[in-house]
Amino acid sequence: MSREDALVTTQWAEENLDTPGVVFVEVDEDTTAYDAGHIRGAVKLDWRNDLQDKVRRDFVNKAGFEKLLSEKGISNDDRVVLYGGNNNWFAAYAYWYFKLYGHENVQLLDGGRKKWELDGRELSADDVKRDATEYKAKEQDLSLRAFRDEVVQAIGAKNFVDVRSPDEFSGKLLAPAHLPQEQSQVPGHIPGALNVPWAKVANEDGTFKTEDEIKDLYTEAGLDESKPTIAYCRIGERSSIAWFALHELLGYSDVKNYDGSWTEYGSLVGVPVELGAK
Amino acid sequence: MAADDGCGAPVQVATPADFDTNGQVVLAGKVTGTDGPLGGAFVRLLDGGGDFTGEVVASPEGDFRFYAAPGSWTVRALHRTGNGEASVTAEGPGLHQLAISVG
Repeated sequence: MSREDALVTTQWAEENLDTPGVVFVEVDEDTTAYDAGHIRGAVKLDWRNDLQDKVRRDFVNKAGFEKLLSEKGISNDDRVVLYGGNNNWFAAYAYWYFKLYGHENVQLLDGGRKKWELDGRELSADDVKRDATEYKAKEQDLSLRAFRDEVVQAIGAKNFVDVRSPDEFSGKLLAPAHLPQEQSQVPGHIPGALNVPWAKVANEDGTFKTEDEIKDLYTEAGLDESKPTIAYCRIGERSSIAWFALHELLGYSDVKNYDGSWTEYGSLVGVPVELGAK
Repeated sequence: MAADDGCGAPVQVATPADFDTNGQVVLAGKVTGTDGPLGGAFVRLLDGGGDFTGEVVASPEGDFRFYAAPGSWTVRALHRTGNGEASVTAEGPGLHQLAISVG
């Protein structure tokens, strides 16, 4: 993988709005922004309603993913370009999710909706309807996804990259600063985790920094390149940005996203927890 | 907010002067441009060391709100018409107001 394989610029996107076989998909937790205006022709995915199981804390299953993409009019051979608000958090999560279910030809719009808006590019409020397809997903590629037992066993053996803010990492806050702080889990982080907040890999306009800058960032934080890496945050979407940077941009082969993240780990009974800043 | 809820920034609304902060440090205010309140700016909360902590999209009336901790904070707004910022030191819980001009 390289930057050219994994990312497209807003300029490229604008020039390819009508290119056959290219499908733009906006992914957000709150889709009111899409409803008010989106990239012309883009379909929407609702992170919670479309990508999460309605009852259990898990993804929609393979059949559910096939049904979703078929209804959205996405084909197996389409080039899918994902973007969204919140600095592409949910779009990066969806990118990881598409890879998990075996969709190879997927890219992220560098800078997402924010860069598109800061560029002053046009948004459309028109309804988008694509003809239904018969999408076929693969079984989940679990080499990309970490679960709790593996996480506990990996303490001291693998790199952990905690991408939450320093105050969440140290235990001062339990959630990002734009959210109220009532939470059920204990504060802190997985012992030995490196704290590399997700925003460190991004410029102010939401685009990714250069590969050299990102590599220096992780090296200086103490990432051991000889070991596998597990990224986590609070619920797994900010860490998708770090997973994307490590696995797709820098090309490290063994990088997993732990989508259970701190809301799961910080609620487990009997596991070690570390407090304080790095 | 339940554990399985998302992490994204909520829709922003105005924060009245008598807002109940429920014991939390709340940083809130309005973004204005040359023609008054400016909606849709990307409002970033930076900590005392200048590191990014959070980001919201200002409401159509320019409103934003963060839940922080005691300390020094800078709030920086990005908009296609320009950028601006303001700083505040929060000694403790309560409402700390900021005004940001852009452009």
